Amino acid sequence: MHNFEFVKPSSVADAVAALANGEAQPLSGGQTLIPSMKARLNAPEVLVSLTGIAEMQGVSRDGGALEVGAATTHATVALEAASHFPGLAGLAGQIGDPAVRARGTIGGSIANNDPSACYPAAVLGTVATIVTDRREIAADDFFQGMFTTALDEGEFITKVRFPIPEASSYAKFLQPASRFALTGVFVAKYASGVRVAVTGASEDGVFRWAEAEAALSSNFDAEAVAGLSVPADGMISDLHGTSEYRAHLVRVMTQRAVRAAS
Amino acid sequence: MPKDDGIGASVKRREDTRFLTGNGRYTDDINLRGQTYVHFLRSDVAHGKINGIDTSAAEAMPGVLKIFTSADFESAGGIPCGWQVTDKHGQPMQEPKHPILAEGKVRHVGDPIAAVVAETYEQARDAAEAIDLDIEELEPVVDMVKALEDGAPKVHDDLTSNLCYDWGFVEENKDAVNEAFGKAAHVVSLELTNNRLVANPMEPRVAVGDYDPWGDTHTLYTTSQNPHVIRLLMGAFVLSIPEHKLRVVAPDVGGGFGSKIYHYAEEAFCTYAAKVIKRPVKWTSTRSEAFISDAHGRDHKTKIELALDADHNFMAIRTETYANMGAYLSTFAPSIPTWLHGTLMAGNYKTPLIYVNVKAVFTNTVPVDAYRGAGRPEATFQIERLVDKAARELGVDPVELRRKNFIKPEEFPYQTPVAVVYDTGNYHATMDKMLELADYANFEARRAESAKNGKLRGFGIAHYIEACGIAPSNLVGQLGARAGLYESASVRVNATGSISVYTGSHSHGQGHETTFAQVVADMIGVDANSIEIHHGDTSNTPMGMGTYGSRSLAVGGSAIVRATNKVIDKAKKIAAHLLEAAPEDIELKDGKFSVAGTDKSVDWSGVTLAAYVPHNYPLEDLEPGLEETAFYDPSNFTYPSGAYGCEIELDPETGKIDILRFIAADDFGNIVNPMIVEGQVHGGLAQGIGQALLENCVYDENGQLLSGSYMDYAMPRADDVRGFTVDHSCVTPCTHNPLGVKGCGEAGAIGSPPAVVNAAIDALHRAGHTHVKHIDMPLTPSRVWAAMNG
Ligand SMILES: Cc1cc2nc3c(=O)[nH]c(=O)nc-3n(C[C@H](O)[C@H](O)[C@H](O)COP(=O)(O)OP(=O)(O)OC[C@H]3O[C@@H](n4cnc5c(N)ncnc54)[C@H](O)[C@@H]3O)c2cc1C
Repeated sequence: MHNFEFVKPSSVADAVAALANGEAQPLSGGQTLIPSMKARLNAPEVLVSLTGIAEMQGVSRDGGALEVGAATTHATVALEAASHFPGLAGLAGQIGDPAVRARGTIGGSIANNDPSACYPAAVLGTVATIVTDRREIAADDFFQGMFTTALDEGEFITKVRFPIPEASSYAKFLQPASRFALTGVFVAKYASGVRVAVTGASEDGVFRWAEAEAALSSNFDAEAVAGLSVPADGMISDLHGTSEYRAHLVRVMTQRAVRAAS
Repeated sequence: MPKDDGIGASVKRREDTRFLTGNGRYTDDINLRGQTYVHFLRSDVAHGKINGIDTSAAEAMPGVLKIFTSADFESAGGIPCGWQVTDKHGQPMQEPKHPILAEGKVRHVGDPIAAVVAETYEQARDAAEAIDLDIEELEPVVDMVKALEDGAPKVHDDLTSNLCYDWGFVEENKDAVNEAFGKAAHVVSLELTNNRLVANPMEPRVAVGDYDPWGDTHTLYTTSQNPHVIRLLMGAFVLSIPEHKLRVVAPDVGGGFGSKIYHYAEEAFCTYAAKVIKRPVKWTSTRSEAFISDAHGRDHKTKIELALDADHNFMAIRTETYANMGAYLSTFAPSIPTWLHGTLMAGNYKTPLIYVNVKAVFTNTVPVDAYRGAGRPEATFQIERLVDKAARELGVDPVELRRKNFIKPEEFPYQTPVAVVYDTGNYHATMDKMLELADYANFEARRAESAKNGKLRGFGIAHYIEACGIAPSNLVGQLGARAGLYESASVRVNATGSISVYTGSHSHGQGHETTFAQVVADMIGVDANSIEIHHGDTSNTPMGMGTYGSRSLAVGGSAIVRATNKVIDKAKKIAAHLLEAAPEDIELKDGKFSVAGTDKSVDWSGVTLAAYVPHNYPLEDLEPGLEETAFYDPSNFTYPSGAYGCEIELDPETGKIDILRFIAADDFGNIVNPMIVEGQVHGGLAQGIGQALLENCVYDENGQLLSGSYMDYAMPRADDVRGFTVDHSCVTPCTHNPLGVKGCGEAGAIGSPPAVVNAAIDALHRAGHTHVKHIDMPLTPSRVWAAMNG
């Protein structure tokens, strides 16, 4: 690891100022950034910790929406979102292991947009809004392919606002080594229709499965997607699964998510 | 009734208090005054010509003391290979030089090119980034079969090809084997891969070199399974340091599984550099570095065939195997696919004719050597998969086909057609025991229950034999070993009766400090807590050849028994003097010497005190003191065996396999500590199940390691390895060592992979997927699903 400076602001305004320096990078739970620095793949000169900012912490209910501060850990979401939005809490509780959940955060996960990460599926699978230090971004505009997002240089997420669905669930098939999602599907049912977001499978990162959304919107039953499939073309193929296998899992995991939705 | 801390008692491991409370002393815990740090700059290409190494900018970096390249090692030897295999034409294997730092060429990703020694570890790493390398990439060879094709790029330009050896065993049997296949009523064949593995001990490798100019003595602290072997190899072949000037210490070591047997370049580097720098030099491997520098395991490609007569008796076995050696020959590499593999191809069966062909191949990958089981898992996997396939093709019960061909209990000692003589065993008993513990009779009901839930249940069987307690020196010498394979021990009884045992056998997880003490306590009849076991330091322990091949109790323990017997003999003479009786009349029981048929007696401590304060002592006949050393060279291998049963549920939608129960019925001969044996079997099963379902070391066609971290190399976790039932009540004691023990360290890793794969095939066949004849390990969900839908 190369040497770096460390600052820990206590307000969003101070964080904005600290990040104005082009060599600075936000640090949240550090579960991705620190290992990449140890491997010398990343060497920011200044790390700006976002975990000391009160307004970026915690889960709060605002009518029909659930707001999650960007620096809220997976463990906190698993616990505090459970009574409001069990689908989201269930997803957070399946990330990594207890040590990772105790540090890793929703903001870091979404900003990183790992193609196998879990949270992007929940964000895209709801009509969530990503709130940053300067604007609001709709989930549909936020994820722009593997490790790429709509965030500008120096911009950081302060919170995520989830409209709470009538029913939802996340079905995750584990990649055997990392236990990230080999394929994970988040299904959310709203009065206006059903959303289905898939992570782990596509070379373009998290995506919505429109056909399944249409089928489930007219009949919210696992059988409604039994005859559907996504093309293997464009799915990830690696040591852990072929593109055909991932395409197949998309359907299987969608059905499992629908069956488990509550 | 066993003594509560003697042979047969489940004494808790005394070393665990230290390990579990963070008080172990591992090599990385050793920090010497003035210590410096080395970072190795390693190749990031699989094959390349080194046109230049410019270290000038790096040398000027802060904290840098010296940067070494191969030019600094012109006077040193290469890392030696400890075993020479002779090919089927009687020619010695091709043996390339293995330099400490790459000379002229790099041959695998991870091959060390330069070494930066600096004041701190980070400074060494920073400077390594500033080294300007001019490496011309060459086309690599990664695939073993392609490596032997005409025109394939050569890993070593000075060898005639990438073939290390082409071995035939037993070459004289070849024609008879082929003839048997011509006459066979049935021939069953199978092509399979034994997947390449990375050992992944919890503690990565570490080396600290130290040099004392006043005594001209070198000390190496290292994570080794065999410090004496490192001293011998490194001292004699690499650095020309005589034994009395070289001390090698392997303190607490956090697991090895074979990967810490070998002498590695980093050890020689630190030892040598400490003298050049005149300060201690320390290297600590990162986990990423371990993936590209620790020797890997397995990596065979095999075609095996079985000939059966009309009554389903096995007539002959014929195999052709490609075995990956990697880029250089690691210490024991050539012996693994030959003498530790070919000699086990009879399995537990009476197969009169066997021919094994092995082509060992150099590739641009990390060297491959022994990994828990070493050669024997590869043999067992082939045989037990093939026998299972035979049963399926012939439409007979896999248990019955095995029973029919088993060597019968009354047929021991049994001479196999592949050179070894099994001294004892009872395979029918272990098979029966396993089936009973598995409740095999009610399997069908459990399967029906799973089917109701949409799951496919299967039961897989495997029976293994292994050759352990390695090995008679005169025999292995004839087979090409460049060392003997005895063990030794010194038993030093102190004046007040406490006992210090010095053993050549290193312990790195096996629990020797507990079991060895149990043996001595049992023999003398004293409290085990009055006995201390010392190991791991060449300056105070007698010569030992290492802990591997399930040999420490069978060979090292036998040396302790011998030395203890010598102590007891002498102690009886002293007691006889004190009791004014004849030595033949002295009996030792529960730590007390008495004259047979009388009530005259003297305590153990009375005798030991007399030995060291010899006021009333037969000085004219006996030396004072009570300390004996013994060496033990086994007269045969030991042959643990066992029946393994694996019950799985397979999810047909995803191809995921869950192990519900795993039953191991082993015959390890006599047992010293049942709890430790059970723990050893659990660990072995975890590794065998890991190989069968999860672990896979994969290179792409450019020789880049795709599974170079835990993000892609799947280690078994606790929830992958559940439901173990371990039994060792079937006992046929080893006939040729004093404890009657066979060894238990590798069994789990040897017997489990075929049981798991057989269970998967069984589940698929019972559910009608009969087109699936075989799936290569690891049986990942994706592979199983593809096979089902293929
Ligand atoms: C062993 C292990 C297992 C894991 N398993 C899973 C799993 O199963 N599923 C899963 O989804 N994830 C998994 N993760 C990832 C983990 O859950 C974290 O979510 C992830 O590492 C990122 O969150 P973080 O808070 O640690 O971010 P950091 O590592 O601190 O930051 C990651 C990146 O995001 C940037 N960043 C951080 N916060 C913000 C912000 N508020 N605004 C803008 N940019 C920001 C940083 O600059 C950096 O580039 C695993 C991680 C580990 C180490």
